[in-house]
Amino acid sequence: MRKGIFAMKNVLHGLAALGLGLTVATAANAAEFPIKKPVEQDWSFAGPFGTYDKGQLQRGFKVYREVCAACHSLDLVAFRNFEDLGYLDAQVRAIAAEYEVEDGPDDAGDMFMRAATPSDHFPSPFANPQQAAASNNGAAPPDFSLIAKARAVERGFPTFVFDVFTQYAEAGPDYIYALLTGYGQDPGEHAVPEGTYYNPYFLGSASLAMAEPISDGQVTYDDGSPETVDQYARDISAFLMWAAEPHLEARKSTGFTVMIFLVLFAGLVYLTKRKVWSAVH
Amino acid sequence: MSAGHSTYTPKTGLGRWMDARLPLPRLVYDSFVAYPVPRNLNYAYTFGGILSLMLVAQIVTGIVLAMHYAASTEVAFNSVEKIMRDVNSGWLIRYLHSNGASMFFIAVYVHIFRGLYYGSYKAPREMLWILGCIIYLLMMATAFMGYVLPWGQMSFWGATVITGFFTAIPLVGEWIQQLLLGGFAVDNPTLNRFFSLHYLLPFMIAGVVVLHVWALHVTGQTNPTGIEVKQKTDTVAFTPYATIKDAFAMIVFLAVFAYFVFYIPNFLGHPDNYIEADALKTPAHIVPEWYFLPFYAVLRAITFNIGPIDSKLGGVLAMFGAIAVLFVVPWLDTSKVRSAVYRPWFKLFFWLFVVNAIFLGWLGSRPAEGVYVAMAQAATLYYFAFFLVIMPVLGLIETPRKLPNSITEAVLEKKSAGAPATEQAKG
Amino acid sequence: MSATDSTEHTRRDFLYVATGVAGAIGAAGVAWPFIDQMRPDASTRALASIQVDVSGVEPGMSLTVKWRGRPVFIRNRTDAEIEEAKAVALEDLKDPVARNANIAADAPATDLDRSAGEGKENWLVMVGVCTHLGCVPLGQAGDFGGWFCPCHGSHYDTAGRIRKGPAPTNLEVPTFEFVSDTVIQVG
Repeated sequence: MRKGIFAMKNVLHGLAALGLGLTVATAANAAEFPIKKPVEQDWSFAGPFGTYDKGQLQRGFKVYREVCAACHSLDLVAFRNFEDLGYLDAQVRAIAAEYEVEDGPDDAGDMFMRAATPSDHFPSPFANPQQAAASNNGAAPPDFSLIAKARAVERGFPTFVFDVFTQYAEAGPDYIYALLTGYGQDPGEHAVPEGTYYNPYFLGSASLAMAEPISDGQVTYDDGSPETVDQYARDISAFLMWAAEPHLEARKSTGFTVMIFLVLFAGLVYLTKRKVWSAVH
Repeated sequence: MSAGHSTYTPKTGLGRWMDARLPLPRLVYDSFVAYPVPRNLNYAYTFGGILSLMLVAQIVTGIVLAMHYAASTEVAFNSVEKIMRDVNSGWLIRYLHSNGASMFFIAVYVHIFRGLYYGSYKAPREMLWILGCIIYLLMMATAFMGYVLPWGQMSFWGATVITGFFTAIPLVGEWIQQLLLGGFAVDNPTLNRFFSLHYLLPFMIAGVVVLHVWALHVTGQTNPTGIEVKQKTDTVAFTPYATIKDAFAMIVFLAVFAYFVFYIPNFLGHPDNYIEADALKTPAHIVPEWYFLPFYAVLRAITFNIGPIDSKLGGVLAMFGAIAVLFVVPWLDTSKVRSAVYRPWFKLFFWLFVVNAIFLGWLGSRPAEGVYVAMAQAATLYYFAFFLVIMPVLGLIETPRKLPNSITEAVLEKKSAGAPATEQAKG
Repeated sequence: MSATDSTEHTRRDFLYVATGVAGAIGAAGVAWPFIDQMRPDASTRALASIQVDVSGVEPGMSLTVKWRGRPVFIRNRTDAEIEEAKAVALEDLKDPVARNANIAADAPATDLDRSAGEGKENWLVMVGVCTHLGCVPLGQAGDFGGWFCPCHGSHYDTAGRIRKGPAPTNLEVPTFEFVSDTVIQVG
């Protein structure tokens, strides 16, 4: 099944390349950025039967906690949601207890800090957007809850038409992966303002305010996965996709049942229709 | 709703009792059972039924979403995310509603193009056509206001741009804009009133749909030949013939709908709408939802002043004109023959118009610069020329092909042509 | 009627029935999410248990906390109150069942079974909602020195048992446990 889908993907990509030749002339003067388009990666959650790899999500969560969480909030995710990552109830409670959240007011009218419980949301590293911006040279780090659905590089005609049939919906993780592994030396073709870092995959311009955030060996994995930037980037991208679309698995599996039902039902109604109309002709 | 005499005879005592007091069963029977429809309708004619289904689907999912949504700028974005994450089956209902809007427009475009192709707007069906145009306008207003509710970046800036149209009106423009917004910019009062109106308008659409169906049942359907029904053999009863065919088309349409909802639910949306609205930061590239793109291209095509009308007002007038021109189509077409099937030249220009409309849509998604502007201007020119020049002139000079004498004859002709009865010919 | 005619008939009937059944299954499948969405959502369910610090509640004092959107009374009873409740004979009770979610459903409404149990008999944890029509009873009021619901005049005793008035059952004891000597987890 997967093989067939990939074969179809390849054929469509071939067609896309043909089409691209035709449209490249007109597209050239359109969007200047990003300088490079993300390369499509293989994701376990792609395609009609895609599911999250729980080990990968746990690794991605570790990367988030140890690296990203210093600047990027995850406002919409509650600790209870981490059960989706394969953690047991007790583990979720233990993870939550490592964080402090503000609660109150107490009987004296004061706010106080307490250990988080599973029903609490992930605490933000900054008190408010102003503090976030002030601590980061004026560029507030975006919240990560929906980032995997809020970032996508335009696919262009005719690729976007083929995307309907290949069910391509991984533009977000592809972009995040490309960005994290894409830092490099500025070839000197673009202006890179002081305090920003060249990255040809960045959507908005040639460089961004975030320096390369992670390096090889920075996060320790206990499952033997390679401790490389490439692996970190894959894992955090998958984790962020889960954070943005936690019900993806339920959606795809429900979808399969619904599609099978509709095809069978359509067949039955078609036969009924032929029977009914046979009286007319 | 049927104009003809009623053939309903209640079979039970209760039926007769009811019929003497509230003849609702009679109305349903006459309108949706015995009602005669041309026997040669093809699948393009099933989209009216599909549209009714989509209206119901949008109202039902919408009412459910309103149980969980909160129309306040403080919490609107997060309340939608709560639906997506915490509410049981919330993700499904929200994706059904957001993709349902797109499916609704796909169906309405097929329905409108079908009407144009087969000349469904021509006498005596002008009222039917105009009511359809009103439904389309109401749909656009509903969809626009609905898109504001999730309070993402595209919601906010789309609302800003579209309400900005009104500032193009001389003298009172600014006043009208502030009246719509309830402030100097899109903010909490805007969100609240848009929510209220977004809930109201679908019921107004349902009301106009009743009039639309009433008007339809007065004149009867057109059909691919464009010849009016002349004899009993030209028609079949609505039930079971049309109902079962409509049902099949609906299920196929639902399968396409389900494919989008379950596998690519964000394909037709814009990533920026997953970023909460920020009044201080405009996205690099504002685009409306895909179903508005052709009109957006027309708006931006007017980059020059026309006499005393500056380009801003000109763009807005052109855009509204592109919709307004639909209302007068029944009087723009001078042809004596209804269906494009018998009008070779009109058929050519019609398909050019379809391609042109899709091309305009694509241009609407491009940045308004360089070669795209010139292309949009050419496409806009053809859009208006089709209605204002080609329709009136072609009707006078074109020689149509020979029409069959009746629908029955047309059906029999097609069958005897030897082709194994395809669905088209059968239907 | 020929044999082929009747098989034709059966086949057609089978087709119509099958289509109808498939349609009914589809309609039911569509209906479910629309009903399902009305149930408490995941964030509400996550709040199903709370922990309460009762270290500051001296005998004779009460605490009211909110659990699942309803008040929960936590009372540290005085010895007099316990004695008073213990003195009541079971046959004098309007509702002889304990209504305590932590023990058997048919346990008798003795004072011990109403309280937090052996050694913790001074603690009474109850949902503060009158079993009549849902008002919140007033504490240490009424004819029996327990709770009194002002809405329709239900009197509860010092163990929260209904003694007089329209309420049918004793105040409900929710699932709870002492997670430490001073912390009660409700739910």
